[in-house]
Amino acid sequence: MTEFSYKITDFVRLKNHGIFHGTAPVFKAEKSLALEQFLKESYNKLEIAYPKFHKMDGLCKLGILASEVLFKDHTISRDTALVFSNAASSLESDKNHQQAMGGVVSPAVFVYTLPNIVLGEISIKYNLQSETVFFIDNAFNPELLMDYAEVLLDSKKSPAVVCGWIDLKNAEYDVFLCLISNKGELPLSKENLKQLYLFENE
Amino acid sequence: MKKIYLLDDVIVSPLGFSTRENLTALREGRSGLKFHKNNRFPCGGFYGGIIEKDSLANAFVGLGDPKKFTKLEQMMLLAVSRILEKNPGLHLYETALVISTTKGNIDLLGNSSFPGDRGNLCGLGNLIRDFFGFQRQPILISNACISGGLALAVAKRLLAAGKFSQAIVLGGDLVSDFVLSGFHSFGAISPEPCRPFSKNRKGISLGEAAAALLVSSRKSQGPVHISLIGEASANDATHISAPSRTGEGLFKSIQNALREAQLCPGDVDYVSAHGTATAYNDEMEATAFHRSGLFGVPLNSFKGAYGHSLGASALLESILTKHSLLNNELFASMNFDELGVSKPLNILRAFERKELKIALKTASGFGGCNLALVLKKEEND
Repeated sequence: MTEFSYKITDFVRLKNHGIFHGTAPVFKAEKSLALEQFLKESYNKLEIAYPKFHKMDGLCKLGILASEVLFKDHTISRDTALVFSNAASSLESDKNHQQAMGGVVSPAVFVYTLPNIVLGEISIKYNLQSETVFFIDNAFNPELLMDYAEVLLDSKKSPAVVCGWIDLKNAEYDVFLCLISNKGELPLSKENLKQLYLFENE
Repeated sequence: MKKIYLLDDVIVSPLGFSTRENLTALREGRSGLKFHKNNRFPCGGFYGGIIEKDSLANAFVGLGDPKKFTKLEQMMLLAVSRILEKNPGLHLYETALVISTTKGNIDLLGNSSFPGDRGNLCGLGNLIRDFFGFQRQPILISNACISGGLALAVAKRLLAAGKFSQAIVLGGDLVSDFVLSGFHSFGAISPEPCRPFSKNRKGISLGEAAAALLVSSRKSQGPVHISLIGEASANDATHISAPSRTGEGLFKSIQNALREAQLCPGDVDYVSAHGTATAYNDEMEATAFHRSGLFGVPLNSFKGAYGHSLGASALLESILTKHSLLNNELFASMNFDELGVSKPLNILRAFERKELKIALKTASGFGGCNLALVLKKEEND
């Protein structure tokens, strides 16, 4: 049992051509939009002025978009930990690098063939010098995320934790990130994490 | 906070398939780095630490048909099986499996020569779980070049929180054409065996290895034991493929790990550095060590012996650090010539015997990640 009671302070969801801040839609794009186009329109809609965004791979773009929404209403400490997970690792960039291997290989593609690069990109954009970890799992695992977030908070390694799921496979994306701290109303629990992840915003 | 004890370990590398063989090779100054032909390189090949396929298959044959398992799977399964052999009383239902790898079976991407989804990291984790019958879902970490050490830190954190009482931490990665071509595109592969911290360093050498370490909240039986008493990671927040010029994240990791261990820099007897032998990495580390006040502490990099084994490296090197403490032995930083970083470092030029108590293990990687672990030797009561 954890010493303190932590809260799910805020959360963001990117799925099915939509971005949701909590349960409120922020942006809903045409279903016919290709992934790259959706990412670009979301960037414009959220008015992110960050040219580096355009050099990133899809996974990192999803991470930046989600963080932008999640961090909007909060003061984020530099020590806020990032605890991310997915099933596909960096599959899309892996495929791009593999295709290039027969010819000219680009370091700008290769560097994205690690799932934790998204943690680095978010750390740079929001100036976080914190604990980061990338877990690979068969499916969204609220138990592991909650256990690990609590360990970081209990041990005072981090004053807040952003944890969640950020998966990209064959242009299908599934992103759920939440901010865990001692602020807010919604208690941190496996059940609450699971419910928020499964919530269908239609 | 509760400590964790580092119990049995196994290293599967070009220097042997047991920790004992690896330690013997290091004492004798033997390196696993050899020239391997590869027409991707203008000089016709590269230096790397490659495990000989047939010897591995011979060692694996008691466990299963080598044809049915990839090279990486054979390495990782062999490492775990040797831990289990040495610990027949270990209950798999209460033992967690914490796995670190950067690319797993990446060469299976788009290749169906092995059934199942084993090119995928989850598929690899599930295969290892099912092979031995672990009851818990493996915790799999893919966090670039700090993965192996971070897996150990994650095991400690969850163990201290009472989520399990023991775990096997397992790391493994291959020298795949995927990774080789990528580092080559950066111009980062050394045309000779890598020379960490040296004036004439010309980049990294890659290596392959699997390492497994049993950790527990209970002490070992022997007269002395090694525990992990402090750990921390921190991001540079400067660049995704270049380290911070000020060594920010590594400095912060070292500060936080020493604080948790309730030690000061003067207590550290030995530093097992990351030392990849790229110009920027080694300079960054020297800067971070200098800022941390680790003046004159004996220091080495194992990359000259093994190459950079990516997701295995920080675990492999933590195991070697554990044995340095246990045996009061310091291993030479192989291929070192003349100091090539801007801050003074006490690089180990030859094998030495010295009374050791506290060691610091560090690692840094792409994505700006850094890690520090503090290991301590204590007498059993």
